[in-house]
Amino acid sequence: MITLTDFLVVSAVLFCIGLYMIVSKRNAIQILIGIELILNAAILNLVAFGKYDKVNNSGQIFALFAIVLAAATTAVALAIILNVYRRYKTIDPNDINKLRD
Amino acid sequence: MTLVRVLFYFLSFIAIVSALYAASSKNLVRSIFVFFVTLFALAGLYVLALADFVAVTQIVIYVGGILVLILFAFMLSGKETLNVIKQQNSRIISLKTLPAILLAALFFIVLLNVVLKADADNLPWIRESISLKNEITPNAIMIDNIGVNLMTRYLLPFEAISILLLMALVGAAHLSRKEGKA
Repeated sequence: MITLTDFLVVSAVLFCIGLYMIVSKRNAIQILIGIELILNAAILNLVAFGKYDKVNNSGQIFALFAIVLAAATTAVALAIILNVYRRYKTIDPNDINKLRD
Repeated sequence: MTLVRVLFYFLSFIAIVSALYAASSKNLVRSIFVFFVTLFALAGLYVLALADFVAVTQIVIYVGGILVLILFAFMLSGKETLNVIKQQNSRIISLKTLPAILLAALFFIVLLNVVLKADADNLPWIRESISLKNEITPNAIMIDNIGVNLMTRYLLPFEAISILLLMALVGAAHLSRKEGKA
C-alpha cells in the first residue's frame, strides 16, 4: 500500500516548486500558477489524511472546499491582472509601483 | 512492488516533472498547458488516495474552469506578456533565479525533515482509525456519505463558502468592468 509519508513527500516537492515560481517569476500569470501548485499540494495532503476518516469524511470535504476557494481566488486574481494590464500595459510585478494618482 | 505502488510512482513522477517544466519553461503558453498535465496527474493521485469524488471535482473545476480562465487572462493581456519572458536569461540557473532556487531547495530540506520526523503512518489517531476499521477501503463507495455529511455535519462551512464564492464572483465582475462609466 501507499504510505502517508509518500504522499507527504510528493506534496512537499510540489510546494517547493510553487514557492520557486512565486519568488522567481516576472509574470503575474506564472505567479498565479505557482499559487495554484501550492494549493494543490495542500489539497493532496488533505486527501491523503482524509483516507483515515471514513465516517466524517472531513479531509475530503475540506479538500472540496479548498478547490472551490482556489476557483474564487483565480477569478479575482485574473480580474486584477486584467485591470493592471489595462493601466500599466504590463503584468510584470516589478514594474507595478504606483498607486492610483 | 504492487501495481498500486507502481502507478503511484508513475503519477507522482509525471506530476513533479511537469511542474518542474512549468516552472522552468520560458514560454508562457507551454507553461500553462504543462500545468494542465500536472493537474491531471494530481487527480490520478487523489484516486490512489481513495478520494474519487475529489478527483472528479479537481478535473471539472481546475481543468475545466481555472485553466480556461488563465488562458483567457493570458490572451487578453496581449503581446507584452510574452516580451517579459523573452527578456529573461536563457540559462536555467542565472544569477537572478539563484536566490529563488536556494530558498526553494532549503525549504524543501526543512519540509522533508519535518515529514520524516513526524512519521505520519504511526500517528496515534491513524493507528486508532485503522484498528477501529475507520479507514476507507478500496471497495467502499464514499460519494453518498460525502453528500450526507455535506448537508448535515458540514452545512455551516458549506453555506459560508457558497456566500464567499458569490462575493468573489461579484467582486471579480466589478473589478473587470469598463472604467469611466461608474
